[in-house]
Amino acid sequence: MLYREAGQFKTAYATDQQIFPIRQDRVAVIAVVAFAFLVVPVIGNQYWLSAILIPFLIFSLAALGLNILTGYAGQLSLGTAAFMAVGAFAAYNFVLRVPGIPLLVAFALAGGCAALVGIVFGLPSLRIKGFYLAVATLAAQFFIVWALVRFPWFSNYSSSGVITAQQMKIFGVAFDTPLEKYLLVLSIVSLMALAAKNMVRSEVGRAWMAVRDMDVAAEVIGIRIMYTKLTAFAVSSFYCGVAGALFAYAYLGTVEPEAFTLDLSFRILFMVIIGGMGSVLGSFLGAGFIVMLPIVLNISIPALNRLLYALVQWSLPASITSNLELMVFGGLIIFFLIVEPHGLARLWQIGKEKLRLWPFPH
Amino acid sequence: MSFFFEVLIGGLLSGVMYSLVALGFVLIYKASGVFNFAQGAMVFFAAMTFVGLNEAGLGFWLAFVVTTGVMVVGALLTERIVLRPLVNQPQITLFMATIGLTFFLEGLTQMIWGSTPLGLELGIQDQPLDWLMDKTGINVSQFDLFAAAVAGILVAVLAVFFQKTRIGRALRAVADDHQAALSIGIPLQQIWGIVWATAGFVALVSGLMWGARNGVQFALTFTALKALPVLILGGFESVPGAIVGGLIVGASEKLAEVYVGPMVGGGIESWVAYVIALLFLLVRPEGLFGEKHIDRV
Repeated sequence: MLYREAGQFKTAYATDQQIFPIRQDRVAVIAVVAFAFLVVPVIGNQYWLSAILIPFLIFSLAALGLNILTGYAGQLSLGTAAFMAVGAFAAYNFVLRVPGIPLLVAFALAGGCAALVGIVFGLPSLRIKGFYLAVATLAAQFFIVWALVRFPWFSNYSSSGVITAQQMKIFGVAFDTPLEKYLLVLSIVSLMALAAKNMVRSEVGRAWMAVRDMDVAAEVIGIRIMYTKLTAFAVSSFYCGVAGALFAYAYLGTVEPEAFTLDLSFRILFMVIIGGMGSVLGSFLGAGFIVMLPIVLNISIPALNRLLYALVQWSLPASITSNLELMVFGGLIIFFLIVEPHGLARLWQIGKEKLRLWPFPH
Repeated sequence: MSFFFEVLIGGLLSGVMYSLVALGFVLIYKASGVFNFAQGAMVFFAAMTFVGLNEAGLGFWLAFVVTTGVMVVGALLTERIVLRPLVNQPQITLFMATIGLTFFLEGLTQMIWGSTPLGLELGIQDQPLDWLMDKTGINVSQFDLFAAAVAGILVAVLAVFFQKTRIGRALRAVADDHQAALSIGIPLQQIWGIVWATAGFVALVSGLMWGARNGVQFALTFTALKALPVLILGGFESVPGAIVGGLIVGASEKLAEVYVGPMVGGGIESWVAYVIALLFLLVRPEGLFGEKHIDRV
């Protein structure tokens, strides 16, 4: 009853081609964005903004990038963190070495650098498929991190390769406080998410999905495999590169190549799988889940431990609780995969189907 | 020239160690199509359990048998709790589930046995063979030879097991075609349990070898990353591929480290194996011994 598209007639081509053709979706998206822009700054405190919301948005962007590659174009990649590293270090070098470059231009160029690197490491995908490709992308992961440590030019000859992000200034306005950084990240992420949502229903997006579903069939009906796969790598790496630049500038401030480990790649892949492959919304849900889960565990397990102590005068030592967190994290991931292998976005879809009939099922 | 051979032989023998880990991956992938990332964590878990039991007073063989039992129970539990509910899911979902399993095993191991590195003594010295040293001047470690012999025996046993026994035939049938195997009455779940148990045993053996060489510690989980290039080079489905791939990766990695490394400033061992594997893949996209993939529309 609440979510029903009946009666929404399309009378012009423009209305037929909207990104969100159903009114309820449109209203919901506008409401969420308005909430994020207007209400969150008022109610959010320093900790929430800088420790949860900013990383959530940045990881959403990275997950979106990987989702384009893995979820839409079907090319499994384990090198996401490396492309983020390229973005972070490229942005640093552009700002450092090109005097007076506008920050947003530097971010875009950093994304462009990541896209170029992505194309180079995407070339094997023309010949290798599936897990062979996934392992091959590990070459990108290890090689790029090695190169960033090895050649000190990238980090401006700083000791141990650590870079400190310069102050963010756009049109003379500095972005220093968590709130300002949050608003900047939010603007970039929502624009890029909208662009992604638009892209995946365009010609190139549908070509990606055709290649994902069966590349031989896609080739037979005249889709250029090479162009399609490489655009997927380029666009995906662009998103990851911008996410990496934001990771360095808006979240960490100082960052070293070793921050972009294989673990980070896996975490982003988790976000895509838990959130839902081939879904823009899923990238956000997955990122929220994976960012929040360690924090929740970090708070709840010591709390349970204190409760245990209050009850039986005995509690688990710290070494056990930290490992317990790891176990619960692994266990919950397996649990979620078993309960909903298609990800959180699928749950949302099922919910919408239910809402279509609710509250009168017949 | 003798230096070249020394590097080459050292590389080949360390390649055998990679093969041992890759073997565990191949077994599981062959029979169930699961790319089991948890193999590295299994190596860690098995080695820590063995050393922990050994230090608790059990003798070498008793500890070995008990650890094997633990690995078998763990394999059956994994099959029951993780794999069975995920039957027929896309491969990537299963892959992610094994990464979840990796976290779980890492946490569990450190919770039970602590996170301090433990030593392991197998009674084989890591010393050069004297007579070979005297005769040819080539330095070959006894320990490496021993590891190679163990790997050789393990592969031979597995080959006989796969080719000659009833279970082995059922295993190959499952690997060939799940549904056809089911339709002629092969119990799929039982087979998966056996495969995971075998992979657990292989993990124990490689854990002992790697542990005796580098110490039993968390770094053992990274052996999985060493085994992955071997895996794609040899082909996911091939036991001989794991061995040959291990030898190629081991030898070329060591040679590259010695001859190419200094040119670019060293530290290349983290990625050179992957690049070598990638070059092979560009010629044969399914690995040297992998099954040729035929695309049908």
